[in-house]
Amino acid sequence: MNTAEIDSSSTPQRAASTGSAPVALELTGVTKTFGRVEAVRGIDLTIRQGEIVAFLGPNGAGKTTTIDMVLGLSEPTSGTARVFGLEPHHAIRRGLVSAVMQTGGLVKDLTVRETVELTASLFPTARAVPEVIRTAGIEEIADRMVGKCSGGEQQRLRFAMALVSDPELLILDEPTTGMDVNTRRAFWASIRADAEQGRTVIFATHYLEEADAYADRIVLVRRGQIVADGSAAEVRALGAGRTVRVTWPNAEVEQLRTVDGVEGIDVRGEQVLVHAKDSDAVARYLLTRTPAYDLEIEARGLEDAFVALTSDDDLMTESEK
Amino acid sequence: MSTATIDLTHRPPAKGGGFNTTLLRLEIRRLLRNKRTMLFTVLLPVAFYLIFGQTIKPSDQSLGPGTHGNVSAFIMISMALYGACLATTSGGSTVSVERAQGWSRQLRLTPLSPLAYVVTKALTAMTLGLMSVIAVYIIGAVTGKADMPLWAWIATAATVWVGSLMFAVYGLFMGYLLPTENVMQLLSFTLVIFAFAGGLFLDLSQTAHWYQTLAKFTPMWGLNELVHVPITGGFQWLSLVNALVWLGLFTAGAVWRFRKDTARV
Repeated sequence: MNTAEIDSSSTPQRAASTGSAPVALELTGVTKTFGRVEAVRGIDLTIRQGEIVAFLGPNGAGKTTTIDMVLGLSEPTSGTARVFGLEPHHAIRRGLVSAVMQTGGLVKDLTVRETVELTASLFPTARAVPEVIRTAGIEEIADRMVGKCSGGEQQRLRFAMALVSDPELLILDEPTTGMDVNTRRAFWASIRADAEQGRTVIFATHYLEEADAYADRIVLVRRGQIVADGSAAEVRALGAGRTVRVTWPNAEVEQLRTVDGVEGIDVRGEQVLVHAKDSDAVARYLLTRTPAYDLEIEARGLEDAFVALTSDDDLMTESEK
Repeated sequence: MSTATIDLTHRPPAKGGGFNTTLLRLEIRRLLRNKRTMLFTVLLPVAFYLIFGQTIKPSDQSLGPGTHGNVSAFIMISMALYGACLATTSGGSTVSVERAQGWSRQLRLTPLSPLAYVVTKALTAMTLGLMSVIAVYIIGAVTGKADMPLWAWIATAATVWVGSLMFAVYGLFMGYLLPTENVMQLLSFTLVIFAFAGGLFLDLSQTAHWYQTLAKFTPMWGLNELVHVPITGGFQWLSLVNALVWLGLFTAGAVWRFRKDTARV
């Protein structure tokens, strides 16, 4: 399996190269309801071995609920989750999956080294503890009590715990929170190196540039559904188009919706923001048919794509088949 | 093109649910590191014995015809039982802290089975309980007041230790039931109540009739009677029934809360 393409600009090829790899994770029609709240509303997702996938979405989008089902901590209300063809909790029992949580998950009265040792002792195929401590950059604090470690140090320890278990699928929830720039870089270098050996990585993050730089594939979740799924470039293109900004007091935007290519309208006081594929048509309409003035046209980046895809009610739902 | 998934034969499920001696060793080390726990579970019962077992007037008086020890030995056994129960409850209740800190959730993401985790917790608690018993017995032997035959020293110590398993289960039950980090503060209070009610801290025969009747329904009474059998010789079925019923209740409670805690919802 060739997964040597690590340049983030070539991610579409990378995605293609893993297209025939065995399936690591398969979610089929997964829903999850808590009482009347539909946290996950039908997710179909296949992730192949060796992929690095960013799981993006606003708070309450259903990311954590979905991850909990992948980890076997909860069961789908309907649909199935399979990890390497197994039920999630069976995959966990074989040490195939490991996860790094954003907070908690540590005891204060063990040292850093003891925590890694303890974790290693639970996995039948654990890596050597000293080696992992070196890789995670926690040699200097190895004999410190966990309770005395800073947030960034604890995050590095969590990373060491995930590494020592040597999982086939690694799930990271906001993994680099609290890390400084150098640690963050070293962290991702290590993740990439392991992915090249065939490890599958799924991470949830709020840092869009991190998703852009390190993921082969971005899965955008909104209101319990996948709204976009593809390489960073593809997702950017989905939310592409431009934003037309005008000043338009007492704007009457209903008519504007009929203009071709309009994806969303955002009225902020006298400012009206129109997201559209064809910004020329929108600009022409605004300047000739309405009293709007002071018009600006902006291109959108991944962040805008993220905002457009996850918060814009007028957007059609994109699902990749 | 390969459609096969990864080779699972290289990834067998963990043996024994992931139970291992490294885990047990580190768990025990954690417990020993906790100075407050050590103070309360080892030094406190020793101090109680020194106060009650040495200073009470007829401490070197025999317990009477047909018995095998003196008053000091009797009190030593009671204090060892109190210490062991305090220690095992404390050990079991640490699950509460671990739940609060997200550690038990983290462990659920490893091959360690919840059952192996609970067994490790119980064994750790029992280790601390053993230390408590040994500490009280060493002080009892060194100070020279407690008197009973060698076999009775061994038999009573063993009964106390095995019996304290009941409170390891109690600690686990409460640790799973109560969501606070300071669960032990509450539990040591309940243990003092149980100890007074069960006759560990006072001579029940000197109390009012209603008190004696009530005592027979409390969780430490049966155990307290049983651990003294080697020197008093006064075995009664009722004390065994009391101990087994409470053990059953605590176990049921612990299993219920444990299932609830580890359920996939």
